Amino acid sequence: MTGILGLAWRSLMNRRGSALLTILAVALSVALFLGVDKARNGARAGFDNTIAGTDLIVGAPTGQINLLLYSVFRLGNATAEISWDTYQDVAARDDIAWTVPVSLGDSHRGFRVMGTDQSYFEHYKYGDGQPLRVVEGERFADIYEAVIGAAVARELGYGIGSEIVLTHGLGAGGLTDHENRPFIVKAVLAPTGTPVDQTIHIPLEGMTAIHVGWESGTKNPMADTITEEMIRSFDLTPKSITAVFVGLERRGTILSTQRALNTRPGEPLLAIIPGVALGELWQVTSVVERALIAVSIFVIAVGLVSVLTSILTSLNERRREMSILRATGARPGHIFFLMVAEAGLLGFIGAVTGIVLVQVGLILLGPVLASSYGVQLSGLGLSLTDLWTLLAVTGAALLIGVVPAITALRRSLADGLTVKL
Amino acid sequence: MTDSKAVSIRNLEFAWPDSPVLLDIASFELKRGERLFLRGPSGSGKSTLLGLIAGVLEPQAGHVEVLGEDMAALPGSKRDRLRADCLGVIFQMFNLVPYLSVVQNVTLPCRFSAGRREAVGGHPVEEAKRLLARLGLTDANLLERSVTELSVGQQQRVAVARALIGGPQLLIADEPTSALDADARDRFIELLNEEASRSGAALLFVSHDGALASHFDRGVDLAEINQARAMT
Ligand SMILES: Nc1ncnc2c1ncn2[C@@H]1O[C@H](COP(=O)(O)OP(=O)(O)OP(=O)(O)O)[C@@H](O)[C@H]1O
Ligand SMILES: [Mg+2]
Repeated sequence: MTGILGLAWRSLMNRRGSALLTILAVALSVALFLGVDKARNGARAGFDNTIAGTDLIVGAPTGQINLLLYSVFRLGNATAEISWDTYQDVAARDDIAWTVPVSLGDSHRGFRVMGTDQSYFEHYKYGDGQPLRVVEGERFADIYEAVIGAAVARELGYGIGSEIVLTHGLGAGGLTDHENRPFIVKAVLAPTGTPVDQTIHIPLEGMTAIHVGWESGTKNPMADTITEEMIRSFDLTPKSITAVFVGLERRGTILSTQRALNTRPGEPLLAIIPGVALGELWQVTSVVERALIAVSIFVIAVGLVSVLTSILTSLNERRREMSILRATGARPGHIFFLMVAEAGLLGFIGAVTGIVLVQVGLILLGPVLASSYGVQLSGLGLSLTDLWTLLAVTGAALLIGVVPAITALRRSLADGLTVKL
Repeated sequence: MTDSKAVSIRNLEFAWPDSPVLLDIASFELKRGERLFLRGPSGSGKSTLLGLIAGVLEPQAGHVEVLGEDMAALPGSKRDRLRADCLGVIFQMFNLVPYLSVVQNVTLPCRFSAGRREAVGGHPVEEAKRLLARLGLTDANLLERSVTELSVGQQQRVAVARALIGGPQLLIADEPTSALDADARDRFIELLNEEASRSGAALLFVSHDGALASHFDRGVDLAEINQARAMT
């Protein structure tokens, strides 16, 4: 049978042009399927990797996915804030070990600005519990100082001492700039592959200070007349914050603490468990994922149909070849195996090419994906899914090969020994 | 194999589907080692008869014995094996598989038949080169070339080498010279005859051109042995 496999190979090489197109069709369809699968896994791993060690996230009432998205992933905006007094109440609870207040809203050249305090650098963990690490400089000590994520430093070319003018809200800059007082970069964080890389961290007091004169949401004409000394003399404790990251004394109380926060009298709060909220997010996205997977499976089917077309159309010109093979001793089984082997080879080579395409794509695009979208690349190398896809596509191609095999067989029997054009 | 006949046909009847009876042959024989010329006009059923002898077609009635084996009585797989092991076939033209080199074309039967692989001592390539050399094809770079680049006469000689490899006992040639000019044709037939008698194989040579009969031991007219009224 290896002799027949050799024949199948030579016959394909003889039709190199059309065989290559067929292989390309299979390869692209397999690459699409694996690409979708890997994008999904990478995105999930990236999201799952973003926050660790935080037991609860507390914010103003909204959907739990929404709170998770804007507090951790900087996606979307908070519709309401929680007051500083309420935050103090929460932080004072006995079952709570630590809290990190965060305040979001401003931006700088497309990067989000987050007001927080030193506790953030102590308690925020990502991956499997790694803390944030300063590669250069020291954490902020004064109100007009900033600590920037790795991507901010790289993409804007900032280093220690760079000046940052914040923009009110998410505008592109210009009229809404807080230009009266820039922030000085004090430290750059090590890359984490999480949204932290895209964040500019400033002290909560700094956040309050630049908004003096902006209480109405736009700049008060009088704002520019306020000097820095005057600002520094004010009480810069924020009136409200966006969210609080909470660590518990004992993880066992997580559900009761969550319930207590959600049902507490006074200002209403929403407390969420990050893992649970992520799970709900995956449930929402899994519908889309399944649709994408279904579509890409159909595309693979189209690729396999092109295998069928390519072999079936070749059969007419190969009538003569089949008679010759029969006359030189090929049994019907040989003809059958030849056809099936050609289909299998096309499927196999196509699938391997598709897998290689995806891996090459990961090597070329991976760094960009990791830094811009926090996609985790670690789990995306060759996997069992690739192997299964290879086996399934090759198997399906072999099965499909039965169609031209039967046609060729029937014809070669009907043609007898006469060699026809 | 004590039978002294290479081919023996009795009371054979054959018709293509939805067609009148094409062949009705009471008796036809080809002895071992004999070189026979079978003549008949175009469309008279010569190729069909060869298909029956080769066991690729099945008669509706009668017996076709090849080297002592009744083709109709053999199960399909045995028939295929008999053809692979004992038969060398040469067609009118387009004898070669276009995607194989000259040598690969010649060794093709050894891919399908263990018997012929053994007959060449497990070295089909050397045997192919030896046969090709005997047929006047020695140029090393010609042997590795694609067969589509050969002249028709060269292609036919490659086909002879393929039919001969592994020493089959029966050679059937279906108008192998119709695409050759008179000189090349005569040289080709001499070569074929010589190789057939050297290997001791019986040769059944089919053509519509009665002038070739003088090259062979015996000549037979298909119309004489076929009782069916063939329509042309
Ligand atoms: N595969 C086939 N299916 C149906 N009819 C066929 C088939 N092959 C041949 N025939 C018919 O059988 C008859 C004899 O054909 P065949 O090829 O045996 O003639 P031939 O004597 O070899 O002619 P030629 O000298 O032209 O090769 C023709 O009428 C042809 O139409
Ligand atoms: Mg014919």
